[in-house]
Amino acid sequence: MKNTLTKSVAVLLFVGLALVPVLGTRAMVQDLFMVLTLLILALNWNMLAGFAGLVSVGQQAFVGIGAYAMFAAVILWGLDPLVGIAIGGVAAIVLAVPIAFFTFRLNGAYFAIGTWVAAEIVRLSLAQWKALGGGTGTSLPKGTTKDMFGVDLIKDALDMSSSAASDALTYWLALLLAAVTLVSGYVFLRSRMGLGLQAIRDNAEAARSVGVDPIRLKAAVYLLTAFGTGLCGALLFIQITRVTPDAAFDVVDWTAFVIFITVIGGIGTLPGPVVGVIVFYALQRTLADYGTIYLIVLGLIGIAIMLFARKGLWGIFTAKTGIELLLLRHRAPKRS
Amino acid sequence: MALLRLEGVSKSFGALTVTDNVSFAVEPGQALGIIGPNGAGKSTLFNLITGNIAPGAGTIEFDGVDVTRQPPMQRVVAGIGRSFQIPQPFTNLSVYENLLVAAQFGGGRHRDVGGFCMDILDQTGLAKVADNTSGSLSLLQRKRLELARAMATSPKLILLDEIAGGLTEGECVALIQTIKSIHAAGTAIIWIEHVLHALNSVVERLMVLNFGKMLMIGDPAQVMASPEVKEIYLGIDV
Repeated sequence: MKNTLTKSVAVLLFVGLALVPVLGTRAMVQDLFMVLTLLILALNWNMLAGFAGLVSVGQQAFVGIGAYAMFAAVILWGLDPLVGIAIGGVAAIVLAVPIAFFTFRLNGAYFAIGTWVAAEIVRLSLAQWKALGGGTGTSLPKGTTKDMFGVDLIKDALDMSSSAASDALTYWLALLLAAVTLVSGYVFLRSRMGLGLQAIRDNAEAARSVGVDPIRLKAAVYLLTAFGTGLCGALLFIQITRVTPDAAFDVVDWTAFVIFITVIGGIGTLPGPVVGVIVFYALQRTLADYGTIYLIVLGLIGIAIMLFARKGLWGIFTAKTGIELLLLRHRAPKRS
Repeated sequence: MALLRLEGVSKSFGALTVTDNVSFAVEPGQALGIIGPNGAGKSTLFNLITGNIAPGAGTIEFDGVDVTRQPPMQRVVAGIGRSFQIPQPFTNLSVYENLLVAAQFGGGRHRDVGGFCMDILDQTGLAKVADNTSGSLSLLQRKRLELARAMATSPKLILLDEIAGGLTEGECVALIQTIKSIHAAGTAIIWIEHVLHALNSVVERLMVLNFGKMLMIGDPAQVMASPEVKEIYLGIDV
């Protein structure tokens, strides 16, 4: 009963968000696009740090490689940007293999620093890629996004301009990717592998002694979240249309904000990043006019939550109301 | 063929030799007890068998395979289950989920994994608390959970580390019954225990460890009667 209610609300929310390009303004579409992409990044980071214990501060490596792979697909190989998104995801997985090979030898803070260094190395390497503008970067050729597969269809169906249609398309892709990431995250955590991850989080030695292989499970999560982050990176830069190494591998935009969102929402809970991204967006809207003060306030809020509410706003909400969502519990089968 | 065979196994931490040239074998379905004073290297011996620490010398064979260099996970899948001396439940998971992890990652393949876990919970008297968080359990229940979780990995050999320690007499009797039924079902057991009467009511052979060396192994009654054991283990002058 409660489950059906949750599902209905989720479906309504999804449909409501899907209708924004039809009923809302273009500014709303562009704003919500950024919110959804941050949500995708936060869902991935939460899976990584909150559930697999892999506190990476180098996820911008996968945003950046996804963006660059998409640009290469469009500019160098003449492919559709949508194909470029898929290539971005695959490129991120391929990059994740060597990064994991080195950083998985490290633990805790050393792992965090290792992932950051790796991301810097990738940024500096891609700045050497002259065909994509080297250190100064490059833009998507004029009209690329308007010629994207599906844009014409949306333009005719909804009677809007090409650029509005391309905004709508990227927005829907972001919405779809966010929904798929959330649902597949839930399914994954409820699976055998997800249960193994929770066991590792509780007690790694005991987990090994019942046959769970922590390295293998964590590596699987690392590669999967790299894929999701890479897809998101490619999608983001279709909308941004211009890529530079500094923007694509920005640790503040693609990792620090994402960590902030996850931590204030509730790390290690599935609804956490959703709550976090809403709060983050609200803060951004209210404080945007105050310049750097905005970042200072964000930082203070983050610190306060880490000190006084370690399970984030979702944790406070759950403790106060007793309402829990997306629980991962496995009930014991009833005996007749 | 022996299920488990240790050949000249040694382990040192710096200058301290905690396991000194230990060799013995356990046949399928056999129950072996291990006694020895604190610091004799009993738990280290378990950690060597499970693969939590690597031996400095010697070989460990399980089920005809040399497992000396295998990581713990592989040995669990091959059929070595263990319970920890200090219970180490997955505290945020329920009792049932603790077993579910073990059943899904351990050595068994199950068509009805839920039913399999519930059978073990019935047998260990934990069925009533199946959905409780394991962090909320009493000491006895935690000890039972250690046992139940080890059973859920479908072991051919189960290692019990001081599972009767700290229990009342009545609790101990019930636990012995459970261990006897595991043994009767054909699972080999190696059991480290200070509660001697509990140990001797189950095992067919008894080993005495002292300063990492195997002092003696054989029939429990004979081992207990030997003057050396009385002197070293029980501290009685003869």
